[in-house]
Amino acid sequence: MFALRQVAKVFSNGTKALEDITVEIAPGSFVALLGPSGCGKSTLLRLLSGLDAPSGGEISWGHAGKPAPGEIGYVFQDATLLPWADAAENVYLPLRLRGLSRAEAMPRVRAALAQVGLEGFEQTRPKGLSGGMKMRVSIARALVSEPALLLMDEPFAALDEFTRHKLQDDLLALWRRTGKTVVFVTHSIYEAAYLANRIVIMTPRPGRIATTLTPDLPDGPGRRESAAYHRLVAEITGSFQRILPV
Amino acid sequence: MNRSVERVAPFAFGLIALVLWQGVVWVTHTPSYVVPGPVDIARAFWQARGALGSGLLSTLAVTGAALLSSTVLGVLLAVAMAASPLFRSAVQPWAVVVQVTPVVAIAPLIIIWVGQPFLALVVCAVVVSFFAILSNTAAGLAATPPELLDLFRLNGATRWQILFQLSLPYALPYFLNGLRLAGTLALVGAVVAEFVAGSGGFASGLAWQIIEASYRLQIPRMFAALLLLGAAGVGIYATLGVLERVVLARRNRA
Ligand SMILES: Nc1ncnc2c1ncn2[C@@H]1O[C@H](COP(=O)(O)OP(=O)(O)OP(=O)(O)O)[C@@H](O)[C@H]1O
Ligand SMILES: [Mg+2]
Repeated sequence: MFALRQVAKVFSNGTKALEDITVEIAPGSFVALLGPSGCGKSTLLRLLSGLDAPSGGEISWGHAGKPAPGEIGYVFQDATLLPWADAAENVYLPLRLRGLSRAEAMPRVRAALAQVGLEGFEQTRPKGLSGGMKMRVSIARALVSEPALLLMDEPFAALDEFTRHKLQDDLLALWRRTGKTVVFVTHSIYEAAYLANRIVIMTPRPGRIATTLTPDLPDGPGRRESAAYHRLVAEITGSFQRILPV
Repeated sequence: MNRSVERVAPFAFGLIALVLWQGVVWVTHTPSYVVPGPVDIARAFWQARGALGSGLLSTLAVTGAALLSSTVLGVLLAVAMAASPLFRSAVQPWAVVVQVTPVVAIAPLIIIWVGQPFLALVVCAVVVSFFAILSNTAAGLAATPPELLDLFRLNGATRWQILFQLSLPYALPYFLNGLRLAGTLALVGAVVAEFVAGSGGFASGLAWQIIEASYRLQIPRMFAALLLLGAAGVGIYATLGVLERVVLARRNRA
């Protein structure tokens, strides 16, 4: 169980980014953090990763202290691959940093690439991959260390609509298959509604939690057309109309 | 087709200019101690080839030693500045002061202090050239994407792993660009220092050839030394340019 209790973040320049954030993240859940630009979503994700410390409150990762190396998988808005390394070498990176030999790591690297549908692209460099494929490599890089918590910061925001839909479907399938705990930052109502089984809606800066929804959409190919999905989108849109000044 | 024409164009232009130059010198009967024609210069070059050759070697030796020292100094300073903001704020202004002080002005001091002539020239050339490497490498180190720094930290990377596996590789193209600039600057620094040192110093470089030829009013020989110097500068620039391309191409393939 990952838990944030009354977490606040004030930056050294005085910017109040987050205030009184209390959330519990159950193992295996897919949490979407949804809010307008600048409300502190990325800040919250960095706190959850242990890269940054809160200025108030506390965060627990289910054990004493900070997360261990490799315990957190992080996917950024840009794929941020090493341009001089091929796909396999990029996915190997987290394991290499932790001292695994190439021979030990390669089966896991290949498995991670297969999980994101990139068998056969091990030797391809980022320059030879499309935007969607680069993002897949980036997800494989986050998965390869088998993290307890997968953090994703608007990973699909820079992709075109078709690629985005495909990657959303593949991510959902991957989540169901692996049972990973995912925290997914987005400012797209549609994306949050489509992906998450828990939607945390945040207010504009300083970010607080406005409401939390726990939708239960049908699985399978009809999800994007289902009436339940469209009702959910309408419901989230409605809650934003209540939070945001008009 | 256009590319090969573009390749040949500078040489064709140079050749035409040479022919015109020689033609004007002949037609106007200009004496060679005022403006020598290309033929006089070529003859002077041939006659003084031994002295000019060893002069070139000596100047190149100073330039090479300076370039090596500048690389070590510039990269070390850039890495230390990236690692410690305190060190950066303490050192950066002084690096700029050294950079903006004209080398002609401090060369006499350096020559007196260092004493050993070869070393003194190298120090002067380093003063002129290290900043190009320092500032380019520092810019490259600062260009490391912050997300990748986060990724390295999340996986427990040490400072050295971050430096050698992330920041330095990211800075490589910037460094190579700085190295190319520093190469020609080191040559300029070496020649200026040779001029200042004059006969009292390390009297064998190309600059000394120019000074000596001017004392004796051997204008064609002076031109020959000057041209050699220009060719050396172009050669250094081109060689480092090739190095830059080869290293980056290898990295992007390997
Ligand atoms: N290192 C920092 N120092 C000072 N202020 C910061 C820092 N990082 C973020 N902020 C500020 O904190 C607020 C929240 O930023 P954050 O990046 O978390 O927003 P966000 O919700 O992720 O926005 P977006 O959707 O645009 O990515 C912003 O006002 C931002 O300017
Ligand atoms: Mg953000």
